[in-house]
Amino acid sequence: MQSKEIIKPIVGIFRGLGARNIRPPAFVWIPAILAVGGMILPLAYLVLRTMGVGTEVWDLLFRSRTLDILIRSALLVVAVTGASVAIAVPLAWLTVRTDLPFRGLWAVITVLPLVIPSYVGGFLVVVALGPKGVLQGWLAPLGVDRLPEIFGFPGAMLTLTLLSYPYVLLPARVALGRMDPSLEETSRSLGKGPWSTFRHITFPLLRPAIAAGALLVALYTLSDFGAVSLLHYETFTWAIYIQYGYFARDLAAALSLVLVALALGILILETRTRGRSQYHRSTTGVVRPPAKFRLGRWRWPALALCTTVVLISLVMPVAVLVYWVLRGISAGEPMLLLWSHARNSLYVSGLAAVVAVVAALPTATLTVRYPSQISGLLERISYIGFALPGIVVALALVFFGIRYATPLYQTLGLLIFAYAVLFLPTAVGAARTSLLQVNPMIEDAARSLGKTPWQVFATITFPLVRPGVLAGAAMVFLLAMKELPATLILSPIGFKTLATSIWGATEDGFFAQAAAPALLLILASSIPMALLVLRGDRKV
Amino acid sequence: MSQVSVRCLDLTKAFGAIMAVDQLDLMVEQGQVLALLGPSGCGKTTALRLIAGFEIPDAGTVEIGGQIVAGSGVLIAPQRRKVGMVFQEYALFPHLKVADNVAYGLPRGNGRADRVKEVMALAGLDGLGDRMPHQLSGGQQQRVALARALAPEPEVLLLDEPFSNLDAVLRTQVRQETKDILKASGATAIFVTHSREEAMVMGDVVGIMNHGRWEQVDTPQRIFHHPATRFVARFMGIADFLPAQLSNGALHTELGSTPLPEGLTDENQIAMMVRPDDVVIRPTQTGEGVIIERTFQGAFYLYQVSLPSGNVIHSMSRHTEEHAVGARVDVSLNGGHPPICFVGEHAFLDDTNGES
Repeated sequence: MQSKEIIKPIVGIFRGLGARNIRPPAFVWIPAILAVGGMILPLAYLVLRTMGVGTEVWDLLFRSRTLDILIRSALLVVAVTGASVAIAVPLAWLTVRTDLPFRGLWAVITVLPLVIPSYVGGFLVVVALGPKGVLQGWLAPLGVDRLPEIFGFPGAMLTLTLLSYPYVLLPARVALGRMDPSLEETSRSLGKGPWSTFRHITFPLLRPAIAAGALLVALYTLSDFGAVSLLHYETFTWAIYIQYGYFARDLAAALSLVLVALALGILILETRTRGRSQYHRSTTGVVRPPAKFRLGRWRWPALALCTTVVLISLVMPVAVLVYWVLRGISAGEPMLLLWSHARNSLYVSGLAAVVAVVAALPTATLTVRYPSQISGLLERISYIGFALPGIVVALALVFFGIRYATPLYQTLGLLIFAYAVLFLPTAVGAARTSLLQVNPMIEDAARSLGKTPWQVFATITFPLVRPGVLAGAAMVFLLAMKELPATLILSPIGFKTLATSIWGATEDGFFAQAAAPALLLILASSIPMALLVLRGDRKV
Repeated sequence: MSQVSVRCLDLTKAFGAIMAVDQLDLMVEQGQVLALLGPSGCGKTTALRLIAGFEIPDAGTVEIGGQIVAGSGVLIAPQRRKVGMVFQEYALFPHLKVADNVAYGLPRGNGRADRVKEVMALAGLDGLGDRMPHQLSGGQQQRVALARALAPEPEVLLLDEPFSNLDAVLRTQVRQETKDILKASGATAIFVTHSREEAMVMGDVVGIMNHGRWEQVDTPQRIFHHPATRFVARFMGIADFLPAQLSNGALHTELGSTPLPEGLTDENQIAMMVRPDDVVIRPTQTGEGVIIERTFQGAFYLYQVSLPSGNVIHSMSRHTEEHAVGARVDVSLNGGHPPICFVGEHAFLDDTNGES
């Protein structure tokens, strides 16, 4: 009886830290807290700084047509998200669940537009559909001297939809591939036709995956800077950049906070509607692959749909770029500068991938293996990172660097840190997914065989999650290669990457000069992307 | 007197408002196999995980090999407890070969390879060392998990429903193999199961748990023939309880009278336990029982018979004796052994015919 009283207070400390009631080892929780703390630092600083300005902030916001910007941003987000879902769901179904000819090929190339940065897509849309563009040139002999206006909403929506629908396509395909076929078969055996089954069973089961993808599209659209700038559609990111350029820093900071609030709102909305369905699998053990739907005559319209999407979103842009590069080479334009830009891109993106993954592993381990109030909070904070647009993080770090970390300001260190902040959620997500697939019993077994938590991690857990973690690193690499606003604002003077050199050329209207770095960037990003898609399909 | 390998005193663990393990005392002697039996959610797996060190007790102590590993302010990490654990899903390391799985818990150096060979031979895994876990059958995987846990010569082996992933035919075979391996290695073991048959075959001692507490800890024979509580009686098979009255030195039930067990003096809430094989039915026109249900069980029919009092009693008859539902039957008892009487929920244990 006496022993109980001694034990109670000791156990009390552990209890807060987990349902399994085992305290996480120091090599997990210390780095996890550091990583998440570092990630939230820019946002926290931005909030403090803006509050320091006082009530003038409200005046600034009211005076500067913030409501217009808000409406324009919201409109774009809704339109792009809706259009992306409308393109992606049929494509997902066709490439996973039907006998579409060349399914494997379509599966890869319908995802590839993801590697085209929005600023490249933006200038290609201008070149193709703008005044005196390619299309108008073709139509000129027919007497067409004016096309519908492409600048503004239509161009921005078209560009962003064509580049971001893969964000919905990928999770939808995974969900379709993993769906327990007996659910659909049950529906059919209960007298429902294929269409009714799709509407009442398949689609509702797909909804969490679609919602997750739609969330990414919405956040991508909201934080996009390249396309909206090139197409002159004034959303938050562009307005912030302009104010920053005018040295109107208080207004830039205030607009940034409104943007973050909007992004957080979308994030919360999606979390609320999603519920928990995403994490539940209805079957255990070996899953039968679902039966393939025979398209029959319908395969021609299906092929036409896939071809159209791929032509517009992938073939046309790449063809235009190749054409310009060849013309440039034949005109004897120098390519030397390009290689140093490419090297810079590879270097910072590689470093970003390493840093993000190293920071993500402890965070993911803590949230997956040691559920508690603290780790739940860390998970939610790391999730917030999805809602942080690059331009906001960059601005916050510029302000912070000038004020408190002058030695770091204008160094690559700050740029890498910005990448780590922006892409930590991606890396954490990848690590979480792989960790969830490792049965904790396996780790318990290793513990009971006399190994310390660190030995278990090194010999059992890490080897098992390595493929997933590497996939996360590839994703971070890809995102960092494409990233524009933070790179633009935080790169040390004279440090140019492929992204910033493309931007520099397009901003000045030298589209032809942008072609070579753009093509190189797309090629360099395609390799990790293709690996990711192929790997994902193996799992399906 | 043999040495105690595992001893738990007053072991308590709650998850929120649910008492998973409630002041449990437990003792396993060296070389003994204790079967922890109970319905799902009774706390048996939690008890096992408390001993292994994967859960921290709210109160009480766990002692392994004479050393306190949890409680009294001590908390030894799982890897230093000298327990070997075999999990329900086996938890084989999917990225390691069979031999490397078995070697995982062994210290580096001389003798490691020898020990691996020795344990693999003991577990009947010769020649499978280079296979990957997914290339093995379910039974082989189970034996790898066993070999891996046995290799470092743990003080006690903990097995968590080790046969539940196997199909019925394989289960019987693997159960016997496991028992042989355990006995051959002289290992002490605690294993958790919800199958009474498994507990009977495997356990030297069977402990039946309910709501985090013991209902009974005893030999398999006594658990079956002398259940301590109605819960145990029902858990070990179909049991009916006939209300009994005590008068003139005898017990009177609806189905006849028997001599009073020595020492039974309570007058209220006495009931006699009746197993279906103790109940004999004979169809007659004037029988007081009516068959209300019949279940075909292969070699037997299981009948449910309604008695005049409204009580329903089960009876087992050979498949050759087929009676229709609705038939009137005479019901009598033919136990061939002294009746087990219950006072309230608990058995009246007549110490004169017990073994200990």
